[in-house]
Amino acid sequence: MMTVQNHVTAMVGNHAVAYAVKQAKPSVLAVFPITPQTTMLEKLAEYIEKGELKAELIKVEGEHSAMAAVYGAAVAGARVFTATSSQGLLYMTEMVYWVGGERVPIVNAVATRAIAEPWSIWDDHQDFFSKRDASWIMMMAENVQDAYDMTLQAFRISEDKRVLLPVMMGFDGFILTHTMERLMVLDDEIVDKFLPPREFSLIDFKDPVNVGPIAAPDDYMKIKYETMKAINGSKAVIEEISKDYEKITGRKQYGLVECYMCEDAEYVFTTSGAWTGDAREAVRRLRNQGKKVGLLKIRVIRPFPKERIKEVLKGVSGVVTFDREYSFGSGGVLATEVKASLYNSGIEVMSVIAGIGGKDVRPSHFQRVMEDVLNGHKFEERWLNE
Amino acid sequence: MSELVPEYIRRKKVISQQHFFRGNAACPGCPIPKELELLLEVMGKKTVLVVPASCSTVIMGDIHGSPSQVPVIHSAFAASAAIASGISRQLRMRGDDAKVVVWAGDGATGDIGFATVSGAAERNEDIIYVCYDNEAFMNTGIQRSSLTPFGAWTTTTPTGKREFKKPVPFIMIEHKIPYVATASIAYPFDYQAKLRKAKDIQGFRYIHLLSPCPPGWRFDSSLTIEVAKVAVETGVWPLFEVVNGEFSLTGLSKTLLDKSKRKPVEEYLKLQGRFDKMTKDDVRAFQEAVDSMWEYIKQLVKK
Repeated sequence: MMTVQNHVTAMVGNHAVAYAVKQAKPSVLAVFPITPQTTMLEKLAEYIEKGELKAELIKVEGEHSAMAAVYGAAVAGARVFTATSSQGLLYMTEMVYWVGGERVPIVNAVATRAIAEPWSIWDDHQDFFSKRDASWIMMMAENVQDAYDMTLQAFRISEDKRVLLPVMMGFDGFILTHTMERLMVLDDEIVDKFLPPREFSLIDFKDPVNVGPIAAPDDYMKIKYETMKAINGSKAVIEEISKDYEKITGRKQYGLVECYMCEDAEYVFTTSGAWTGDAREAVRRLRNQGKKVGLLKIRVIRPFPKERIKEVLKGVSGVVTFDREYSFGSGGVLATEVKASLYNSGIEVMSVIAGIGGKDVRPSHFQRVMEDVLNGHKFEERWLNE
Repeated sequence: MSELVPEYIRRKKVISQQHFFRGNAACPGCPIPKELELLLEVMGKKTVLVVPASCSTVIMGDIHGSPSQVPVIHSAFAASAAIASGISRQLRMRGDDAKVVVWAGDGATGDIGFATVSGAAERNEDIIYVCYDNEAFMNTGIQRSSLTPFGAWTTTTPTGKREFKKPVPFIMIEHKIPYVATASIAYPFDYQAKLRKAKDIQGFRYIHLLSPCPPGWRFDSSLTIEVAKVAVETGVWPLFEVVNGEFSLTGLSKTLLDKSKRKPVEEYLKLQGRFDKMTKDDVRAFQEAVDSMWEYIKQLVKK
């Protein structure tokens, strides 16, 4: 019988992630303040100034440099961390692609937030999903516990020799960053065992290499092909690390997707991020009314778990995806990808666009949409504007 | 190949046994390979070069090999001083005394990367930043930068630039960093002496190196050193260093505070096709700007 090695506390999301980062013992961090990530930066600065975390915190002049600085440190062998949000993530985008292309282990926590113009400090997923083609592994947390657990797993996944890719952990701005929740944290020794120190550096004076030089077309495409293989191959590693984490915590860690009452479901919500909790509550209420509904949470956005989605949704009549972001001129990103995953399966995919710019979404919203569907009001795309 | 480097990057081998391999991809008459060779001779093998988008990106070879004997980290255009900051902090964390050198052009330094350079200088990061200034965006084919001089033809200033050169070395002095210097490839001993001094100082060291570009400046590729030399003799390019706030002129420039010792700027301008379209008034304005810079230098020397 395994003992659960955690103790119970309460923290807001930003502090939970900062605490996980402290336990992961990175040697270099570079962070620039941006709402709603800022209180995480403050916490990290506090840990370092108090000597609780022995690391260099580079207080850069902007997010482009934040990503550049952790890239440099990661190239030199450091375990690194940075965090950002919204405009900050856009501002660092060039470097986000740069580190993805070079396949350097980096963990970036993104407190998701709407993108200007117009200005909005509130939550949605437009920032996070805009990085979906940057050769990163991308995961979305559901709650504060998940954000903590995911941060620790992100370091391990990123540095795994079979993966070697940067990992972006998304967690909803304010909804998770600023909400205090019950949190079970691991003992430091347990984290040390789960996450041994980072091993390799790209800077070796005895055997120097040229990092990030020009590649002619044949080489460039070959490198992209290798990246594709590494990202697809990471699915198995993410699931393996999830299981490993499950063992030491006793908490279920779900891997790529998580199913709630999917088994005999006729209609299923698909969600990603914090509102999964609201969707779960809606499913619970609908089940109480005897409606056969379920929920599929997509935990990993990149690589997109196509095979798992197809497997889990086999036999359902329809899917209602909730997107907190939108690809203008196309549709909800998650909806599009779920559709692609279910291609030729005959399963109907309906797309709901909601919560853009922080617009409130509650269990009752999920419930109402599903009731409409069950009453035969099908749709291709529906914006919850009312 | 070392265990330290993962498989996916192993193809990017550094092949040179020399400081800097001859037969690299530089244009004929380009001073960059020589400038790098002189730099690496001083800095030694325990040096990391960080190179933003520039002519040197091409000179540094492709994924099949690099002409440098030391690790080269290529950087996005605006990112080099920040990447170098990260490398330097991690080297400090692992107790490694290797040197981190940014090798950047004028565009990466004075334009797109200016905030990054200024940020790293303000934080006094332990890096040596060398700007090799060829006074335009040369790698993309001679477009004006903020460091292109007044009157110069470029493809984006076809009738000659109307603004004066951004005085980056002087701006760097105002950052109160431990070391700032200018240098010229025509005076290699002066350049290397400055590198040697910079090597032994901790904190942000800035060296601004005038690096004439034969195709961009429109002169014959045999004249590179001559052009770099006349730039100093006319006072257009003063050689100085600032150690912990102490300003001093070096080499020939020590003698040039007296205006009569400086050759007229025409001698510099006439060597280069890029100044062909300048009018007499333009030349006068250029001369006045040089003279006024020397008045400013006079104040710095007195301090």
